This record gives sequence, C-alpha cells and structure tokens, in this order.
Amino acid sequence: MTVAVKFFASLKEQLGCDGASVEIGEMATAADVWLQASGGKAMPGNVLVAINMEYSDQNATVHDGDEVAFFPPVTGG
Amino acid sequence: MKIEVRVAPLNPWHEVADYEQAQTTLHGMAGAAAVFVGTMRELNEGDAVSAMTLEHYPGMTEKHLEKICAAAAQRWSLLDTLIIHRVGELRPADPIVLVAAWSAHRKDAFEACRYIMEDLKSNAPFWKKEQLPSGHRWVEKNTAGY
Repeated sequence: MTVAVKFFASLKEQLGCDGASVEIGEMATAADVWLQASGGKAMPGNVLVAINMEYSDQNATVHDGDEVAFFPPVTGG
Repeated sequence: MKIEVRVAPLNPWHEVADYEQAQTTLHGMAGAAAVFVGTMRELNEGDAVSAMTLEHYPGMTEKHLEKICAAAAQRWSLLDTLIIHRVGELRPADPIVLVAAWSAHRKDAFEACRYIMEDLKSNAPFWKKEQLPSGHRWVEKNTAGY
C-alpha cells in the first residue's frame, strides 16, 4: 500500500525533505512509516503524529492512501 | 464562525469591528465580546528577535481550529467565534493571532475565549522560527497559559 508522508518545521529541516510517498506493507504502523521515510533514523521522543490530519500516535495502524504527518511540539499563537 | 490562516498583515481591531458589523445575528444579542490578541515580541529567552517565520500544516490547522470552536460552543453559550492567525514572515509588534468570542454575558465570552486560545497554543499545528543575531532558532515549546 502507499501512504503520503509529511514532515514539518524543525523535523523537515533535520530530515532535509518535507515528505515522501512511501510503499509499505499491510498492517504497518506510523512508526514503521517513520522508519522507512526517514531512512531508518530514530524518532525523536517529542515527535507528534497525525494521520489524515487528526492527532494519532506512532503505534496506530495506517491504511492505503493515508496521509501520515510527523512534527515537533506546536508553538503557535 | 470564521477561521482564517493568512499570510497578509492583520489588524485585529479592524477585523473585530468589521466582523461584528457584518454578523447581524450579533446585533442586539451580544452583551459581551472577549478578545485576545497575541503580538510578536522583540525579545525571547533573553535574545533579540528581529523577525519570525510561522509555518503551519495547511488543512489540519484549519480543521483543528474548527474543532476547538465547536468544542467551545458545546461547553459555553456562545453567539459566535472568530480566529485569525498569521503565517509567513512577521516582525516585532506584528499581531500574530486574534481570538474573539461573543456571548450574551461575559462569563461565557471570557471563558470560551481563554479556552480557544489555550487549546490553539497547545494543539494547533503552527511552528515559529526566530531570526536571532546568531542565526535561526525554532521555538521548542510555548509558555504555560495557566
């Protein structure tokens, strides 16, 4: 299956890209998606995960066509 | 209810006045309007900040702000809410965010405005990058509101 990956803010700079399209096996979790999209880098402890623009967590299962986003703690306002 | 994330400069006081005038449902009904305006400072953590870049997650940010306003409307008796948030390049003294809540009475307006602002600070996907004399720095966390 294919999922769209997005990185934001400092994470985007650290990884050197704002996202990717990732081919991954069925029953993959957001953490699996991270590993593949980041080239095997360890996920920083404070990273937030959103699936299809809703907050989720790294253990959540992803599905074909999902948009999986990883970003640091938010600092708006 | 209006939610806007914009690059264009923001004059919060004009926005509140224009919105109130346009929303005829508020006329004669709103006894209270609570307004919060967040403005860029020229100093953060002891460092001079000459400019700031605000990034957001298009789509999720707006969706999350809508959820916050809907949750506030469930919890308090509100007539209307307005959120406008800047993204892109900002300079010191530029308004960053406007949150306004209208109600018949002040309690609901005050509390809802505070709730919306605190949730926005804690959960809405925006990120600030500061320009310092020594280079750029991502803001790592927001100050506690309570």
